Amino acid sequence: MEVQTKTIDCTLTVSFRGELDHHAARETVTALERAVDAALPMHLTLDFGGVTFMDSSGIAVVMRAFRRMSALGGRLELINVPAQAKKVFDAAGITARVPMGT
Amino acid sequence: MKVKPNNYIALEFLSRSVNEGFARTAAAAFATQLDPTLDELGDIKTAVSEAVTNAIVHAYPDALGKISLRASVFDGNVLEIVVRDWGCGIADVDKAREPLYTTGGEERSGMGFTIMESFMDALIVRSKPGKGTVVTMKRRIAQRSGRK
Ligand SMILES: Nc1ncnc2c1ncn2[C@@H]1O[C@H](COP(=O)(O)OP(=O)(O)O)[C@@H](O)[C@H]1O
Ligand SMILES: [Mg+2]
Repeated sequence: MEVQTKTIDCTLTVSFRGELDHHAARETVTALERAVDAALPMHLTLDFGGVTFMDSSGIAVVMRAFRRMSALGGRLELINVPAQAKKVFDAAGITARVPMGT
Repeated sequence: MKVKPNNYIALEFLSRSVNEGFARTAAAAFATQLDPTLDELGDIKTAVSEAVTNAIVHAYPDALGKISLRASVFDGNVLEIVVRDWGCGIADVDKAREPLYTTGGEERSGMGFTIMESFMDALIVRSKPGKGTVVTMKRRIAQRSGRK
């Protein structure tokens, strides 16, 4: 899993590339939390455009980001979620809690 | 009477997380003989990933153990996946299958069984504490005419 970060104004964008499974989850969470701690953003955008596979391990990663942004009083958004990952989010009811855009 | 599969593969691997990708990719590659759509292939990959991850994370929490995966094709374009471990087992299977139920803490979502159930046509979980767990999933791949 490749994690890239970019901060513009108060928005931190974190882009994932690769397969987000249990094997990749821990390093993904570490990279994500490090970026959030450094930027303390008002908006966190997770770009899933490069995610070639995701299972329920990805749900835990997103829920963690969701709780962290709630604690900061900020907002979380997911963009470019591929169909396979979207189906996993739908099954977990994440789509109702976290906005997903393009 | 036990029905014989038309084809099968059997894999055995150690409960290392790096094998998660290998196991789901192998199952998906085997399933391509049923001419599935990309969506169907995605469902199969996801369900296999959930079952194998459970065996790696929960069955052998502080050791390495053996996991087996068997994929079979039956009459009627039915794919069957069996993931087996010889780990700690599940005391209350009904409870474990409930959405959001997890013993894995923050790193897990408790949605694994829910996803296996909704992405496949059938999910059977047999488990004995101290002996291990057998997860059987079935999915019929629709035969569509004029599909590439
Ligand atoms: N192969 C297994 N061996 C032992 N326990 C298991 C196994 N598979 C699942 N479990 C138990 O069932 C619970 C629910 O599994 P699941 O729905 O996949 O959610 P999660 O993996 O996120 O915890 C697990 O937290 C664990 O307690
Ligand atoms: Mg699981």
